[in-house]
Amino acid sequence: MSNNAPQEKKYVTLPILGQSSRRTALKVAGAALGLAAFGKADSPLMVIPENVSVDEFLQRHYKELSDDDKRKIFLRLETESRENYGADVTISDPKPIPGVKFGYAISLTKCNGNGKCMEACHKENNHHRGVDQSYIRILEMSKGSMDMEQGTTTYDHAVPQDDKYYMPVQCQQCDNPPCVTVCPVEATWKEADGIVVVDYNWCIGCRYCEAACPYHARRFNWESPEIPSEEVNPNQGYLSNRVRPQGTMEKCHFCLHRTREGRLPACLEACPTGARVFGDLNNPESDINWVLKNKRVFVLKEDLGTKPSFFYFFD
Amino acid sequence: MAAHQGSVNIPVLLVLVATGLVAAIGFSYFFTSSVIETEISSLTKTANLPTTEKKFSVDIRKPIGPPRVLTGLDDVHGSAVTVSCSTCHATREPNPANKVGSDLNEFHGSLSISHGSLSCLSCHNSNDYDALKLADGSRVEFTNVMTLCAQCHSRQMQDFEHGVHGGMNGYWDLNRGAQTKNNCVDCHQPHAPQFPKMVPTFKPRDRFLEKADQ
Repeated sequence: MSNNAPQEKKYVTLPILGQSSRRTALKVAGAALGLAAFGKADSPLMVIPENVSVDEFLQRHYKELSDDDKRKIFLRLETESRENYGADVTISDPKPIPGVKFGYAISLTKCNGNGKCMEACHKENNHHRGVDQSYIRILEMSKGSMDMEQGTTTYDHAVPQDDKYYMPVQCQQCDNPPCVTVCPVEATWKEADGIVVVDYNWCIGCRYCEAACPYHARRFNWESPEIPSEEVNPNQGYLSNRVRPQGTMEKCHFCLHRTREGRLPACLEACPTGARVFGDLNNPESDINWVLKNKRVFVLKEDLGTKPSFFYFFD
Repeated sequence: MAAHQGSVNIPVLLVLVATGLVAAIGFSYFFTSSVIETEISSLTKTANLPTTEKKFSVDIRKPIGPPRVLTGLDDVHGSAVTVSCSTCHATREPNPANKVGSDLNEFHGSLSISHGSLSCLSCHNSNDYDALKLADGSRVEFTNVMTLCAQCHSRQMQDFEHGVHGGMNGYWDLNRGAQTKNNCVDCHQPHAPQFPKMVPTFKPRDRFLEKADQ
């Protein structure tokens, strides 16, 4: 035992510190830098923005909210509306009517481009007054052309012009909506009655959906909406016309706070030419189905396969 | 296996084809008859309500009645004195040839007419100027003017009955609330019915607009 060769001394080493080499040192430095950069990049997520309350910051996705959560949130929004806009509003959350699928049609023979629908949308949906925002855009089109990209919105002469026709474009409530597919946080989705909605509090404002929509139907809130208190529409839906926070996307929702109560959308009621037809696609006796059966109907950009619930027809 | 399946499918196919034929014949009969019915109804009724019973109705705005003519005089209470059309017309000989206001030497001279080749008495009732008349000569009240319009404009009337012509307000779902529809003469001036040109008053200032301005 004693004449055994002296045992090699064993070192207990830490994997990096003990056997420092140029390579490991670089690895360590790289990892540290990476972590620091990641931390820095994430730091906006760690801080609650000034204009967002803690409750709002911690609020969960609409689909995960319990009835109790919703009650609290609606109460908070109603209070905020009183504080920020001086308006007493009621926030509701009407659900899709079972068995109903909404459809909309516009007669291009009747529409004369007068823009009353845009104005009605602007008022009904509490749009930012500063930019005259609206979910509808009326394109003045040359007769003979069906390419909506060639239409202009800037006309300001008496309408209709003899060589033009007028095509209002708003959200087409597609059955295969590209805007929903591209949303990285699932802040927008299609409801059972066909309406594509946005959870304004879940939206991160990346504007992918705006880019994905072939109908240019989505709008972005660059600023906090400014609305005089007497002009605030007090009948507000959580997924529809409540005042949207800055930095979120919004879009036409077929006035779901009205239509899910059985009422007609604001743009239809405002139309002085009677060009607009709204109704339940699942009801064979509805006006909209009569149009589909009896008129020459087309959808915009059919080749894209978006399957709109929005139709156009000529008489 | 495949051959066996094929032999089973032939009778099934035959049954399907037969059902299809019966359905097609039934449908074509149904459609032709319903179209004719709608056309007839649009000539005889002012509004054809949906067939299934709804809780609320479609209300069509009506004109207040025969027009009253201002005399330019005030009564003792200060209200304007108006007279009915028949006040003057009862004593005048009707002239079926009159087509434009300028043909008349006393009244209605400034009335501009732009409504096809109609003459005054195509619609006005020479037996009673406080009412209108249909093409067959029968009397129709001013309040039921749509029946008169529908004689020629049956396609528009058909559209109207299906909510595809004329503006409306209220509810799309008649089980939840009523709907109010415009009357022909709410939007179309009967003497010059073409819908007027309008000037757009509201333009959104969006990025597309700004691009175009540059």
